[in-house]
Order: sequence, then structure tokens, then C-alpha cells
Amino acid sequence: MEFAQQLLNALSLGAIYALIALGFTMVYGVLRFINFAHSDVFMIGAVVGSLLGNYLPLGTWWSGLACLLAAMAVCALLGVIIERVAYRPLRAAPRLNVLITAIGVSLFIEYLFQNEHVFGAAPRPFPPVFPSVLWQWHGLSISSNQLIVIGVALLLVVALELIVYRTRIGTAMRAVSLNPRAAQLVGINPDVVVTFTFALGSALAGAGGVLYALNYQSVEPLMGVMPGLKAFVAAVLGGIGSIPGAALGGLLIGGIETFIGGSQFSTYKDAIAFALLILILLFRPTGLLGRRIPEKV
Amino acid sequence: MTPRRSGPPWPHLLLGGALLAAFLLTRWVTDPYANDVLTTIGINVILAVSLNLVNGYTGQFSLGHAGFMSVGAYLSATITLLLGPSILGEDGGAPWAQNALFCGGLLVGGLSAAAAGLLVGIPSLRLRGDYLAIVTLGFGEIIRVIFQNIEPLGGALGLNGIPNYTTVGWTFAIAALTVFVVVCLINSTYGRGFIATHDDEIAAEAMGLNTTRYKVVAFVVSAFFAGLAGGLYGHFKMSITAAGFDFTRSIEIVVMVILGGMGNTLGVILAAILLTLLPEVLRPIAEFRMILYALLLIVLMLLRPQGLFNFRRRPR
Repeated sequence: MEFAQQLLNALSLGAIYALIALGFTMVYGVLRFINFAHSDVFMIGAVVGSLLGNYLPLGTWWSGLACLLAAMAVCALLGVIIERVAYRPLRAAPRLNVLITAIGVSLFIEYLFQNEHVFGAAPRPFPPVFPSVLWQWHGLSISSNQLIVIGVALLLVVALELIVYRTRIGTAMRAVSLNPRAAQLVGINPDVVVTFTFALGSALAGAGGVLYALNYQSVEPLMGVMPGLKAFVAAVLGGIGSIPGAALGGLLIGGIETFIGGSQFSTYKDAIAFALLILILLFRPTGLLGRRIPEKV
Repeated sequence: MTPRRSGPPWPHLLLGGALLAAFLLTRWVTDPYANDVLTTIGINVILAVSLNLVNGYTGQFSLGHAGFMSVGAYLSATITLLLGPSILGEDGGAPWAQNALFCGGLLVGGLSAAAAGLLVGIPSLRLRGDYLAIVTLGFGEIIRVIFQNIEPLGGALGLNGIPNYTTVGWTFAIAALTVFVVVCLINSTYGRGFIATHDDEIAAEAMGLNTTRYKVVAFVVSAFFAGLAGGLYGHFKMSITAAGFDFTRSIEIVVMVILGGMGNTLGVILAAILLTLLPEVLRPIAEFRMILYALLLIVLMLLRPQGLFNFRRRPR
């Protein structure tokens, strides 16, 4: 029974990692760089949710959904603005330069929110916007929050899958990720695709932020750093650039963290996640589901 | 294309001059604030120049430099804390004995960091690009977690009461030595292999260069100097925690390397100095200084994508 309980915890944590990892992996797919500011977009999602939650009646379905949708909308807009201001001017420059502006944006958001006039460094409680119930079932305690996290994440991943594989813009995204120049030759505007990708990935991170804050019931400016790092690891583990890979990686990292965290090696849980990642990369250098790129001379 | 001469004309003379200047600086700098800033600059120069060997010249992407730094910091502090009382005696010992102990501690720290570098260099045989970056990041985090769990080293509280042996002179002397070794290595016949590995790995291998070996050598040399910097840092701050060497610290060093212009030692030195001084200069606007620092980072990169101090056109 304890195993089933841990499995449930692992699923709800892994679902959040998967949501963040999807954003990392999509941006990597079209632009081939690591968007370090992604974990701060995640934090802003949680902040937007908590600010709006304070004005809404607590514990109702519609206010919870309103928080979730507002966070997703604000984050999508923010992602597009970040891309427009900090990444697009460097599209032709080496990828490492974009990495630096990404780090700059990340630091900027973190320090801005730590400022007393903006948000402050101290953690604030996250309002319980969704109805909260705790069921006991054969010794298994299931909280409604966990089910909401898993349900919303599943819904978003399915929606993403439909967008990427069943729509015109999704086809364009896959084309750009496969070969940017050839995609341009057949009339795909890369700027539109990149903007759309950032909006989509950031919206997922915003939803992840609200769900994460719902589970941990607190919001602070640096809350995105560790989940962001773990989600990045998840994306690489699954094979960066691969959407099912990011979901799988997120669930795996969530699982490892929960099960190790519940054992006697709990203080080593971060190290074990990384050690496993290194081991997997040694045997499959492009991650679990990553495409092998043949080397051309 | 004719081979370009990129190094300074008389490296040995320059090294001698820098060492002399370091010695004089110790005598002249008495103001504690200036002492703090100069020491920090020196340590950052060592870190940035050594990382530049891997990220700039050899074209690999390491995100774990702070991990090597922590190995050096912990091991050298352990040496001075453990052996200090028995060698120096109750009264603290003569200055020369203290310095000899410090020197030994730094050397042990550097060598153990180099051993860690060898360990990290091995996965680089198979991985490239972002995958290598994440593995080095992972190693850095693993080292941090391990140090946090070793109780004799203070666990999560870290090591405290490390003797204050680091001076501006020591820091600048080791910084000069780092620059000297990296510049001479790169400009040697052997060192051209690093640049060849960076430019085109397949072509370099076709020419008979063992690129794997170059990558590992770059990691080991770079880790050695990061270990020295860590030792200096520990004996400068007098207390270290594993959490102080997390991946944000590594990223700070990477920023210096990229802003300076990858594979441009002079630029990287200048960037390290600039990025250390920037938060100090912005101190009067206290609460907004880090926000402005982040903004400047973005603006500088947007305006000079080739690196702040890279005035030469990149040879293609």
C-alpha cells in the first residue's frame, strides 16, 4: 500500500516536471538552445495564480480554472515578449550568445521579483483555489489536488500532442525543428513558428507553476530554480527535442525523486537523479527517445 | 592561411612582471575593501581563464566549473585545518611555515580537482554539445550533494574557521600563473590540437589528432586551476558551504567566458574584472543593483554578440 501511495505522489510530481520539460524541449526543438528563463516563467505562473486567487472565492472549480487559465495566458504573452526582446535579435549569432541573454533574462526576473516593491523575497502562501478533499481508500490517502495535477497535466499533454500532430502550425513546428532552411523554402515563416512555440511552451510552464504552488501551498521568487533544473534534466533524459521523451523523462525524474526521497538515502536524492542521467547518457548519448543524428563530413 | 601569432611576445617576461606586481600589491594594499575586491577579481580571473581552455579553445561546453572549485576548496581547507595545528604548533607558527602549509593545501586541492576533472572528462568521449553540458552540470551537483552529506566536513553547515591565508599577492601570483600556463599551452605545438578540436573535430581526427585525449587534458588542466581558485576562495572567505558552489556559480563563470569572447584570453580576463566590479560600482543603488546587472548583461550581449572584448574578426 505504501508503494501505491508513493506511486501516486511520484505521478503528481512527475506530471509537473513533464509540463515544464515540454517547454524546454519544444524551444530546443525549433531554436536548438536551452531557454534558461523558462523556470522563471514557471514561477511567474504561480505568482499570477496566487495574485488572482486572492480576489476569487476559494475552493470552487471555476475560480481554480480561472487562475490556471490566467496564469497560462500571462505566461504565454511573457514568453513571446522574452523571445522578441532577448532572443530574436541574436537569431543569427552563435547559440551560446542566446544562452547568455537567456541567463540574463532569468536573473532579471528573479532579482526583479525579489525586490520589495515588486514581490519580495519572502515566501507567500498560495490560496487554495481548487476545492480540496482528502479521500481515504483502502489505506491510500488521495488528495483532490493530486488528482487535479495529474488530470490537468494529462489533458494539456494530449492537447499539445493534438496541436503538434494534427494542425497546420504544428506541422510547421515539426518542419522547422527537422530542417529550418528547408522549412523556409516551402514557405513557412520561422518567426511565426518560433513565437507560437514560445507561447505554447510558456503557457505549459505557467500551468505547471500554478499546479506546483497548489501542491506546496507557497510562492516565492526562486521557486522555479530547482524544478526548472529537474525538468531540464528530464528533457535531456527523454531526449531533448522529443515531446514524448520530455513527458517520459518528467515522470521518471518525479518517480526517482519520490522513491529515493522516501528511503534512507533521501539526502542523496538530487545526486542519484543526476547519476542516473549520466549513466543513461553514457549508454544512449541522445537520451531515451532522442533522434540519433548521423555525423556528416 | 598563414598561422596567426596570438600570444603575447615574451610570455616569460610578462609572467615575471606580474609576479613582481603581485608581490608589491601585497605590500601596498592595506585597505580591507580594496583587498576584498582585488582578491575576488583574482579568483574570478583564475576561474574564467581556466574555463576558457575548455569552453573557448577546445569548444566543449562545461557547466560544472563550480564543482571543481568546491573540490579544491574543501580539500585544501581540510589539509590546513587538519595538519595546521600539528605542524604550526599552538602559537600559529612562523609566516613562512603558514605559507608553506597553505601552498601544500592549495596543491592538494588543485590535484584532487584535477582528478575529478579526469572523471568528468571521460564521459566527454561520447557526448557532445548540450548533452555534455548537462553531464558536467550533473557532476557539479553530485559533488555538491556529496559534500553536503559528509559529516566530518560540516555537512550542510559547511566548513568554518578556515585560517585566513589568502592575500592579494597569492591570488594575483596564481592568476598570473594560470594565464601563463593557458597562453603558453595554447600557443605551443601541442596546444594547437585544442583549437583544431574546436574548429572541426572530424578534420582534426583525419589529421591524426587524438581529439578525445585533448578534451580530457583540457578538462584536467582546467579543473586543476579551478581547484586552486577554490582553495584561495576558502582561505579568503574563511568558511565554505557546499551550497555556495551550486550551478549558478558555474553559470557566473560561463558568463565571464562568453562575454569576454570565447577563446580570447585577454578578453576573458577583462570580462572577469568587469563582471566583478560591476556589482561593486552599482552598490549605491543597493536594491536595484542586481536588476541592473542582469539588464546590462542582456544589453551587452545584444550589442556585442561576438564578445565584449573581441576586436579581431573571427578567423574562419
